[in-house]
Amino acid sequence: MDEPLRIIGNGTDVPDRDVPDGLTDKDLIELYRWLVLLRTFDERAVALQRQGRIGTYPLYWGEEGTQAGPLYACSDTDWVFPSYRQCAVATLRGAPPSVILGWCRGYGGPAGFYNPRTYRVAPICVPIATHLPHAVGLAWAAKIRGEDTVSLAWIGDGGTSEGDFHEALNFASVFKTATVFVCVNNQWAISTPVTRQMATATVAEKAAAYAMPAERVDGFDPLACYDAARRAVQRAREGGGPSLIEAFCYRLGPHGTADDPRLYRDDREAERWRPLEPVGRMASFLARLGVLDDATRDGIAGEAKDRVAAAVRELEAIEPPGPEVLFDHVYAGERPWSLEEGLRELRALRRREGD
Amino acid sequence: MAQLNMVEALNLGLHQAMRADERVVVMGEDIASTGGVFRVTAGLKDAFGEARVIDTPLAESGIVGTAIGMSIYGLRPVAEVQFDAFVYPAFDQIVVHAARYAWRSAGTTPASIVIRIPFGGGVRAPELHSDSPEALFCHVPGLKVVCPTTPADARDVLLAAIADPDPVIVMEPKRVYRAGRSEVPDEAPIDIADADGALAELMRARVARDGDDLAIVTYGATTPLCVAAAERLEAEHGVSAEVLDLRGLFPLDVEAITEAASRCGRALVVHEAPRHAGLGAEVSSLIHERAILDLEAPVLRVTGFDVPFPQFANEDDYLPSVERIVAGAVEVLEF
Repeated sequence: MDEPLRIIGNGTDVPDRDVPDGLTDKDLIELYRWLVLLRTFDERAVALQRQGRIGTYPLYWGEEGTQAGPLYACSDTDWVFPSYRQCAVATLRGAPPSVILGWCRGYGGPAGFYNPRTYRVAPICVPIATHLPHAVGLAWAAKIRGEDTVSLAWIGDGGTSEGDFHEALNFASVFKTATVFVCVNNQWAISTPVTRQMATATVAEKAAAYAMPAERVDGFDPLACYDAARRAVQRAREGGGPSLIEAFCYRLGPHGTADDPRLYRDDREAERWRPLEPVGRMASFLARLGVLDDATRDGIAGEAKDRVAAAVRELEAIEPPGPEVLFDHVYAGERPWSLEEGLRELRALRRREGD
Repeated sequence: MAQLNMVEALNLGLHQAMRADERVVVMGEDIASTGGVFRVTAGLKDAFGEARVIDTPLAESGIVGTAIGMSIYGLRPVAEVQFDAFVYPAFDQIVVHAARYAWRSAGTTPASIVIRIPFGGGVRAPELHSDSPEALFCHVPGLKVVCPTTPADARDVLLAAIADPDPVIVMEPKRVYRAGRSEVPDEAPIDIADADGALAELMRARVARDGDDLAIVTYGATTPLCVAAAERLEAEHGVSAEVLDLRGLFPLDVEAITEAASRCGRALVVHEAPRHAGLGAEVSSLIHERAILDLEAPVLRVTGFDVPFPQFANEDDYLPSVERIVAGAVEVLEF
């Protein structure tokens, strides 16, 4: 088994490697800013869930590098396809964090769903692996139009067991679509360990069956995630077809806020992995490089905190959607009569019985 | 004005759509090089090239899933599912994504795809080549389901479905694919780029035969059988039966259904799909809910049975026949 690619060392016996091509000091700071924003959002969202202000939340603490790194390797015109584990990536493309929080609060309509075309970020995909064929179709459409748009989709280790994972990789390789599959192998799908998902030692080796290149990277290393994605995105854009990246890490938290991992795994295992978490690790690396001083670091932290706090205020200011939201947008065109009838029935009920 | 059968009419529609609009791509199993197992897509590859007329791997979820991705990028894919029961592997993509993409994007990004499904029995086919799965799709909010019965309707419905922003399932009754020719105007009546509401119009029920004593509500391959049954009812029982060809299966043309049932006072619903929770149940409920005071008899159903579609040696026992439809009609009339 190949050792996962690692760029950031540990400051002692594991040496740092060179900063990947294409990243200036400014980029490094910007990427760090993204990591901190994701981390801040995640921690705040968990707190909001504990306070009962949002519903069950699929936290991603520790996986920020698997999200920010590959996204940073994309152009703004490229499309990305998140699963629920990447629920906040659209904020890195400018979507209001309050809409993601609205989604977590169970809001429909514009209060909980962003416009994918505005941010080139597909809707958060709750079902497993079913968004991968969409990513393939999107890049394929670009190819048909003679455009070099790349699509990038995230999936977990559990998702590789789904048929759509294999159909997507197969279509992508047959039609050489410009698609990058990022599998975040955090070794746990709720309570199911990766050894129960697959008999292969790695996710990456599955790419061989689809004649596509694969790379295995340290998923806790944002720069390794970026670097592999940069190569894959470039290859895709140049007509070289799809790639699979396995970002190997460990799910440091529960599956979601309703999950209790103590039922199925030893807490000490997570504790062993925790020192590798990407945000602190990236900060130390940038400090060693002399790119990030304490004042900049504190500034970035404060900025992220303010932005998320503002999003929470916006969330609280949003009028909860009324009953119309059930019927709005089910169809893009005119509402069929049975939906009109449903809405009339619901309105009459609310008039009679009160909201 | 050409005399075409349904296969030729659909083929004409696809040529017209692809010529009119570069966004239209056609994809499916064996559709490009052979022109499809029913030849609906014949000639498209030569006319429009293999980038837009695509033979795919044998994977229906992948076909529908990639079509959805194409539509997000702005194309208008038309995916063929080779046979009715082959759609089941794509059910997840249809229900979970095609039907919900508009909703999940606050109306901004509908899955503007068309899924063509040749369906139904009566063609002596092997297992899983004769199903009628339309009710499954009618139960899924977010989809439109349409079933043309005449060549002209088939061409026009296809064009309107391609133009429609919402995902449309086009159920093509394969038993009538080559059952006969009728006039199809050469000119496409629908401008794909500007076809707002065209599909809604084509999903209104069509009166396949006029009558005042009994409303027979049907769609697809049972429509000509219902017309034949109505002729026999006229000749043998002196009864004037109207035959309503639904065309739209979701949304249903509730006004036409209710009007016909109210006017006739008696109604029969006929379809090939199994009875339990089939469209007949929905049509019957609508009539009872809206027109019960006008009814002289309960609405009855003549349908397939609640069994898997049989091996073809027994398919005539399964399929509604003119005799069964007449018997059902007489039961309603004599209530």
